[in-house]
Amino acid sequence: MTALRPGPPKAPTGPRPPHRRVTRAAHAVLAGVLVIGLAASVLLGTVEVPAGTVARIIVWHLTGHGDPGAWSVSQDTVVWNLRLPRALLAALVGAGLAVSGTATQALVRNPLADPYVLGLTYGAAVGAVAVVITGVAPLGGVSTGVAAFLGALGAFAVVYALARAGGTLAPLRLILSGMAVTYALSGVTSFLVLQADDPGTTHSVLFWLFGSLAEANWAALGLPAAVLAATMIALLAQARPLNTLLLGDETAASLGIPAARLRRHLFLLIALLTGVMVALAGGVGFIGLIVPHAARLLVGSDHRRLLPVAALAGAGFLVLVDIAARTALHPQELPVGVVTSVIGAPLFLWLVHTRARDTTGL
Amino acid sequence: MITVTNLDLHDVHVTIAGTPVVTGVDLTVPSGRRVGIIGPNGSGKSTLLRAVYRHLPLARGRITVGGEDLWRLTPRRAAQLVAALPQETRADFDVTVWEMAAMGRTPHKRPFAPDTAEDTAVVTDALVHAGVLQLAHRRYTTLSGGEKQRVLLARALAQQAPILVLDEPTNHLDVRHQFELLDLVSSTGTTVVAALHDLNLAAAYCDHLYVLAEGRVVAHGPPHDILTPRLVREVFGVDAHVTRVPDADVPHLILRPQDGAGP
Repeated sequence: MTALRPGPPKAPTGPRPPHRRVTRAAHAVLAGVLVIGLAASVLLGTVEVPAGTVARIIVWHLTGHGDPGAWSVSQDTVVWNLRLPRALLAALVGAGLAVSGTATQALVRNPLADPYVLGLTYGAAVGAVAVVITGVAPLGGVSTGVAAFLGALGAFAVVYALARAGGTLAPLRLILSGMAVTYALSGVTSFLVLQADDPGTTHSVLFWLFGSLAEANWAALGLPAAVLAATMIALLAQARPLNTLLLGDETAASLGIPAARLRRHLFLLIALLTGVMVALAGGVGFIGLIVPHAARLLVGSDHRRLLPVAALAGAGFLVLVDIAARTALHPQELPVGVVTSVIGAPLFLWLVHTRARDTTGL
Repeated sequence: MITVTNLDLHDVHVTIAGTPVVTGVDLTVPSGRRVGIIGPNGSGKSTLLRAVYRHLPLARGRITVGGEDLWRLTPRRAAQLVAALPQETRADFDVTVWEMAAMGRTPHKRPFAPDTAEDTAVVTDALVHAGVLQLAHRRYTTLSGGEKQRVLLARALAQQAPILVLDEPTNHLDVRHQFELLDLVSSTGTTVVAALHDLNLAAAYCDHLYVLAEGRVVAHGPPHDILTPRLVREVFGVDAHVTRVPDADVPHLILRPQDGAGP
């Protein structure tokens, strides 16, 4: 047989893509945005507190240095007990939702998916609304949060059971099961609200559906921080296997990654992370879709780079969105989910458009 | 350096959703040889190969690589021994050519292990060997069919496994690229088992052919013993006239519909 070998390789232009530099730049810029966002978030608001005073209040609380007589009690409360924990919660929830969005897109092998396609948000809503309406609050003030988390996990269990045919959690079955559960639970939520028929309930339902950071306090920060750190480490440990999942189950298997087992781990991590974030901040939409997508445009699909960049970007994005939510229609406050959706929908369309152009080469 | 070793299948059974698809296949690929699996659609070729690269579990039987029982190893260790070009590679996400080839290093890496200079060297070599180093920065989705298959071959080479499994590697390729790809595979010197649709390509590139029908091996042997008019008629249901490739001891089939129908 005549050998028709391809010619010798043309002069290489350096074998490795310039991802390292881009990633470093992305880290620097996104960290900068996050820090500026946090600072702005602490400085802006109805009660005017001069920047110098804000800095002194924070330094005094952190280190004990300074003169607490130099500012008023209300200034202290606003900066230390309201604005700072709220800004930090925004950062944690934004990072958490962006990370779980990144993982969900690998889980269902679809770059246009987000954690909410798995039905977790409405599960949380049903849990929280049930507590609000029945007035059964065995755990006092944290009951709605706990109920929301349990609701999210309940929805997760149902979706998991529905999608588990043959133990493989096939991507399409996951999405379809998530959709079915979401529709069912949204029906239940509407029913509960109609039954209750009072403005307080409606308000609290809106909170769970659109998201809010208004309930932030220091005590509420430890759990999401710990869960975010733990899931981030677990995901980074699986970063290479996650990459192979993008190429399909056959390819993953040929590279030594049993896709079905990895998907079960992944689904659990996503449920935990999303459940905690939704229980704390309600259904803040679109971050889990937009941020991973934008991060991919910046640094590519390799999860070793993608996960940290998505976390930073999500944190910065939600901090900025929360500032907008607090100040845009001042003195009225918008739910953050409304702002993310208003910004998110056009961004999403733009991403779909550029994606279509990229893949078809037009 | 890739060591060369042999692949053996003993009484392999594979069942999909309760239906036996492969029923009792014995197959041997000696070190450094290329074995082709031919057979009509639905004969179980892909299913058999999927069990070799551990996508589908065995219902019964044993697969060994150099004497090691493949299904008793960890998935990671198994993937150090068997690399594959599966039939379908999803490309819903943007992955560069370099990243695609570098995924071949996956079974060699533990959690959190960074890419080393050795990884870079192995991936570069694989891309050079497959003739696609100049495409390293390109996005995989923007490549032509022939380029894609060569990149996937580079990924398999970067895996440094002694056994290479190819499932219909020449599908969707034009004639020249079919030859190019199989020449590349031959030049690696690894032990190869490949499912092939094109009987003439199978004859030209394989040392030994196994004919699969309804999940069983119905014949095996060197190409000129296997590709006879009688067997082709019985297994594939077409009439064949056998000739020879000029200047090579390779059979070549001229095919036409059974009983002289058609042109």
